[in-house]
Amino acid sequence: MPSVTYISATGRETAVAGFAGDSVMETAVRNGVPGIVAECGGSLSCATCHVFVCAGSVFPAMEDLEDDMLDGTAIDREENSRLSCQLKLGDADIRVATPETQV
Amino acid sequence: MTDTAASARHASLGTLIIGNCQAGVQLACSLRELGDTDPIVLVGEEPHAPYQRPPLSKAFLKGEITADSLTFRTHDFYREHNIELVTRERIVSISRDGSGGTAVAESGRRFDFARLALTTGAVPRQIPFDGSELEGVGYLRTATDATQLEQALGSARKLVVVGGGFIGLEVAAGARVAGLTVTVLEAAPRLVGRAVSEQTSEFYLQAHRRRGTRVVLNAQVVRFLGEHDRVTGVELGDGTVVPADVVLIGVGVIPRTELAEQLGLAIDNGIVVDGSALCSDGFTVAAGDCANLPNPSITPGGVARLRLESVQNAIEQGKVAAATLLGLPAEYSTVPWFWSDQADLKLQIAGLSGGHDQIVLRGEPDSEKFSVLYYRAGQLIAADCINKPLDFIAVRGALNHGQNVPADLAGDVTIPLKKLVSAAPALAGK
Repeated sequence: MPSVTYISATGRETAVAGFAGDSVMETAVRNGVPGIVAECGGSLSCATCHVFVCAGSVFPAMEDLEDDMLDGTAIDREENSRLSCQLKLGDADIRVATPETQV
Repeated sequence: MTDTAASARHASLGTLIIGNCQAGVQLACSLRELGDTDPIVLVGEEPHAPYQRPPLSKAFLKGEITADSLTFRTHDFYREHNIELVTRERIVSISRDGSGGTAVAESGRRFDFARLALTTGAVPRQIPFDGSELEGVGYLRTATDATQLEQALGSARKLVVVGGGFIGLEVAAGARVAGLTVTVLEAAPRLVGRAVSEQTSEFYLQAHRRRGTRVVLNAQVVRFLGEHDRVTGVELGDGTVVPADVVLIGVGVIPRTELAEQLGLAIDNGIVVDGSALCSDGFTVAAGDCANLPNPSITPGGVARLRLESVQNAIEQGKVAAATLLGLPAEYSTVPWFWSDQADLKLQIAGLSGGHDQIVLRGEPDSEKFSVLYYRAGQLIAADCINKPLDFIAVRGALNHGQNVPADLAGDVTIPLKKLVSAAPALAGK
């Protein structure tokens, strides 16, 4: 089972066991990890599951819609910004940081 | 028992939340996040742990996801946060006073509480016509409904949807993609009349027709026809019969207020609450589809109260209600937003367009990528964005921050909307 570590804006780390195929967003929400809101439940409608992917964690490139939505996150996007509903877990352990706010 | 003994007994009982839904789960989670350590019981009548409803009319029907993947929280989460999740129990009566009370389920099980939250949701509005009991005629609200509909659609060739609202159109669009013959029967002269302007309604009419769905407006359904207890068609007022293997009725929902009525709470198209989700007794809170709240974006000419059927509202009101139960200051103030995915058409609505006096069209509807911006006295108040997530994000952000987009520039699609966001005009206040 891949482990997903979420690092809050204040530096607090929460590690959760995830399942391959689930998204980084789903894994956070089901386990009650704060910092990811995900109002739309993963349908690319809300831009409230913004994360910063930490060095060493790799995901496939984003599609245009995700890229567009990232322009509207509550905290400005950075180079390593992604919407966590689009990040599917594989076998590898993952680390992401969550922004100060999502809405 | 003396009053003092009663309040001591109740104090250790914690919160009872009636309704295993988005608002109920949020309320429970928010209580814990706010530091509440008293017991929390979340009780509902469905057999499942609380789950997301929006995908039921979308990805779920396409078989892309299972019921399990819609679960909000793991069982471990509820256990670790000491939230007792009770399923398959329908509360039928409640008695309470200022210091607590008791709710009783149909099974006879009793739930004592110190604090009470009603997240009872809504049920589909029923159509009382002849034939609505026929096999193949159904509603869509719960995971059980969705599973039945998915099975029925699997072997069906002709779907008739009664009601041209979001649920009906989402199912219709999915069924067309799957190759079914689809007819939508709408009693009103336009689609989704309650939620969007005539421009957006007209766009959806054309878009669904382009996708091969037959849409009948001003349709008067008279009865459902069947053979061997199975539906075979829908008879209209002009005598025509629309053949059907499956009929989905999606004509809106009715808030569930029976328990609130028992408690003597004020009811007016839902349980009347104030901006802090507090009911008229000053003790109970209510949140989600069942609650009627002061318009969060009220301005002159706007609607004074309304009921919002949306995920965002359930989440926001759940948070506010949790704070209120703990005696913390909280006020519902965020801008409502909604979405509807109909096949490849993504609609995102920010704000409430009621009372608008000007509409700006941004983009060409026939391109299926455009936005309709609503203004009141020169101030942007809402937008319907179709396959334009960037417009939606810009509008939602502007509304949340009390900013404006000048109406005379908003229609220029060569300028990103985000670049046009400016401070609100002084007159609009905020």
